[in-house]
Amino acid sequence: MTATPAPAIELRGISKAFGPVQANRDIDLVVPRGTIHGIIGENGAGKSTLMSILYGFYRPDAGEILVGGKPVAIADSQAAIRAGIGMVFQHFKLVQNFTVLENVVLGAEDGRLLRPSLSRARGELKRLAAEYGLQVDPDALVEELSVGHQQRVEILKALYRRADILILDEPTGVLTPAEADHLFRILRGLKDEGKTIILITHKLREIMEITDNVSVMRRGEMVASVRTAETGPAELAELMVGRKVLLRVDKPPARPGAPVLEVRGLRMVDAEGVERLRGIDLEIRAGEILGIAGVAGNGQTQLLEILGGFPEAGARLQGEIRLGGRPLPLQGPGADGRARRRAGIGHVPEDRQAEGLIMDFTAWENIAFGYHHAPEFQRGPLMDNAAIRADAMGKIQRFDIRPPNPDLAAKSFSGGNQQKIVVAREVERNPELLLIGQPTRGVDIGAIEFIHKRIVALRDAGRAVLLVSVELDEIMALSDRILVMFDGHIMGERLPAEATTGDLGCLMAGVEPARADAGGGAG
Amino acid sequence: MERMPKWADVILTPLISLVLAFAISALVILAIGESPAEALKVMVQGALGSSYGWGFTLYYTTNFVFTGLAVMVAYHAGLFNIGGEGQAAMGGLGVALVVLALPWPHWALALPAAAMGAALFGALWALVPAWLQARRGSHIVITTIMFNFIAAAALNYMLVNVLRPVGSMDPASARFPEAAHLPKLSEMALGLGVEWGRNTPANVTFFLAIAACLLVWLLIWRTRLGYEIRAFGKSEPAALYAGISPVRITVLAMLVSGALAGLMAVNNVMGEAERLVLNAVEGAGFIGIAVALMGRNHPLGVLLAALLFGFLYQGGGELALWTSIPRELIVVIQALVILFTGALDNMVRMPLERLFAALRRKGA
Ligand SMILES: Nc1ncnc2c1ncn2[C@@H]1O[C@H](COP(=O)(O)OP(=O)(O)OP(=O)(O)O)[C@@H](O)[C@H]1O
Ligand SMILES: [Mg+2]
Repeated sequence: MTATPAPAIELRGISKAFGPVQANRDIDLVVPRGTIHGIIGENGAGKSTLMSILYGFYRPDAGEILVGGKPVAIADSQAAIRAGIGMVFQHFKLVQNFTVLENVVLGAEDGRLLRPSLSRARGELKRLAAEYGLQVDPDALVEELSVGHQQRVEILKALYRRADILILDEPTGVLTPAEADHLFRILRGLKDEGKTIILITHKLREIMEITDNVSVMRRGEMVASVRTAETGPAELAELMVGRKVLLRVDKPPARPGAPVLEVRGLRMVDAEGVERLRGIDLEIRAGEILGIAGVAGNGQTQLLEILGGFPEAGARLQGEIRLGGRPLPLQGPGADGRARRRAGIGHVPEDRQAEGLIMDFTAWENIAFGYHHAPEFQRGPLMDNAAIRADAMGKIQRFDIRPPNPDLAAKSFSGGNQQKIVVAREVERNPELLLIGQPTRGVDIGAIEFIHKRIVALRDAGRAVLLVSVELDEIMALSDRILVMFDGHIMGERLPAEATTGDLGCLMAGVEPARADAGGGAG
Repeated sequence: MERMPKWADVILTPLISLVLAFAISALVILAIGESPAEALKVMVQGALGSSYGWGFTLYYTTNFVFTGLAVMVAYHAGLFNIGGEGQAAMGGLGVALVVLALPWPHWALALPAAAMGAALFGALWALVPAWLQARRGSHIVITTIMFNFIAAAALNYMLVNVLRPVGSMDPASARFPEAAHLPKLSEMALGLGVEWGRNTPANVTFFLAIAACLLVWLLIWRTRLGYEIRAFGKSEPAALYAGISPVRITVLAMLVSGALAGLMAVNNVMGEAERLVLNAVEGAGFIGIAVALMGRNHPLGVLLAALLFGFLYQGGGELALWTSIPRELIVVIQALVILFTGALDNMVRMPLERLFAALRRKGA
């Protein structure tokens, strides 16, 4: 761990275009050995592309890559692994019905036979787990692991292949705060062992907490590289977006009107017989944002899905939902997503890639998704594709979706711009009630500010908003009232002004803080 | 990975696959001591060298267009319809029942009615597997295969016990009345004063097939139902989110698919045999799978692929007739084409993608 002269990674003049989109332009980057290097930038700035080049997934149009001071050609991920580079993708590439051990060995078998590799790997895995605090059961099936544990398997895979340099692309987007904490402990441990880590994230808090240096990308270019100790969130945000960014949501006090959504005694038992919702009561008024805080997996997803009209197959439901005073059916043909939309419920789902978008459809096709029955999109028996495209163009412009090309497939947009497509579609319909799950997961600060503004504007137009987020900051900043969900019921209600992170954290963990007169919404 | 240009994807890849399939076929022909060049000549001559050859090639093409479209529509809904064979057979039953039920005064009246009968029977035959998949989760691949067997048995029963004219020894229906015979392309050409394809089975249904291509294109890419079919085929969770009912789409897509397969009977039963016989479909239902695969699940591609397979069928028949190459070998050639253009598609695609990536780097 003495200072080595040659940096772990050096990029010189890397450029990469996708058709007309210049994803990376003449990028220089130096990552010293044994450091944690943050990379931040707006959605579509080119971060993932740059890392994919480093990992041999894309070939650069121009430029040079040096690893440990020596120029290398990284033709594919095999070459990257040989150069000691490992990557943890945001969307894990694990075989779901393999065990942890099998996944780790997969592709790195010693010879034709799996057996010897497996027993050798078992020992190696044990060593790595002990050394870096990466405990996972080697014989567990991956599909049975939590997201956080699956991520550990990804890291183990890289370490097993003797990676010296580890790239993590938005690793905390899918983690609970506790899991994220643990991940950071692991990363610090790796750093102490002399490994080099590149971390892409949208969360400036994480950058400040763990990185040594940070590089900022904007519209395909590297605009700054600074020592983390010598900068701060406000400066980084400004570098990223190219203008001053409000890190706090600026919103006038709510003026709640009549109740829009009333939920009474909502229960759900899933196909396996597990009770996911244990009697939810809540109410949202016009002109009000109700935030639901909670660790992922405590019933928020089920609540959103039921309100949105697509509870999981085989679920048994009970209770009452009213929208604007009228009862809505819980299940059955009159309770599908289409009926809910017609009743005036918009929905930004938690998982935009699996639910909110058809990744192979173009942007314009996606912007009609769910509203493809709308009369303005029909022309006789056919769909009015020209009208849909025109509508899409407007939304792309107003939401600054980049690149502004409606014919691009959704999968070709960066994560944040995908989210903007969904938000644009749902918010601009001006629904009575907007359900919005994880609105800013994987979204950059500039876009977060924008999406938050749109949510507040919707509220101020007298609409009701149900916000579900695992980001406490987001809940605290946006909500007019906060409910905390734990294990399928509502633990308590708080006003953002009086709520503290510690207080909410307790509720999220299922512990009633020492406060007898806790919230009115408890069920 | 990076994509290659569209033309390489839709034209170059199948073309190279085809060349590979032909190359291996040539080796096989060499191995049995025949001349591949001679064989190719016989095939091209026999299938495309005369209006007579074309008359047969287009007849087969028509069959394959319908079964190819059938597979394609189901595929867009994420469903693998292997039941084209049975659906086309039942379509034949529909045609026979309709044509024999009334004394049709003119083919122009009989055609739409028979087409409706064919589509209806084909659709109904696809409905049960669709319903079983949508409601009970029984896999459509299995059920449609089973329904092929049931269709064969049902047809057998109908022909022997119901449709067979009294006193006939043949398990076939009565001949269709003269007035319900569809005009052959050769007759239509003659009407225009052109001598073309005498004694060939290609008939007016060919135009119906072209129209079907157009309508299917409209359905899949221009209607709401098509939009929902494609959305559901790409992502079921997203479809549910959007309020698209999986049951509805599965059933509707399979109804359309079955109807298309059934429509094939207008060509082979009404247009060619002019009565219903056993085994009238002759594997066209299965060829439809290859046609859809090779046609990239686009009607234009399906049309071109159907033409290719029409050529292989007719040319293959000629080969058996004029050379000592055994008939079985023709099946081998057809299988190789299916293998290369369908199953081994990636074998050609991957190196091509790499090549294009390399070219692009050079060019940059
Ligand atoms: N395979 C692709 N084909 C076409 N365009 C692409 C492709 N991959 C990325 N792009 C484009 O390149 C640009 C950079 O994308 P990239 O995914 O690198 O952004 P990012 O900085 O990782 O964004 P995010 O924070 O949203 O993940 C975007 O404009 C994107 O639309
Ligand atoms: Mg990215």
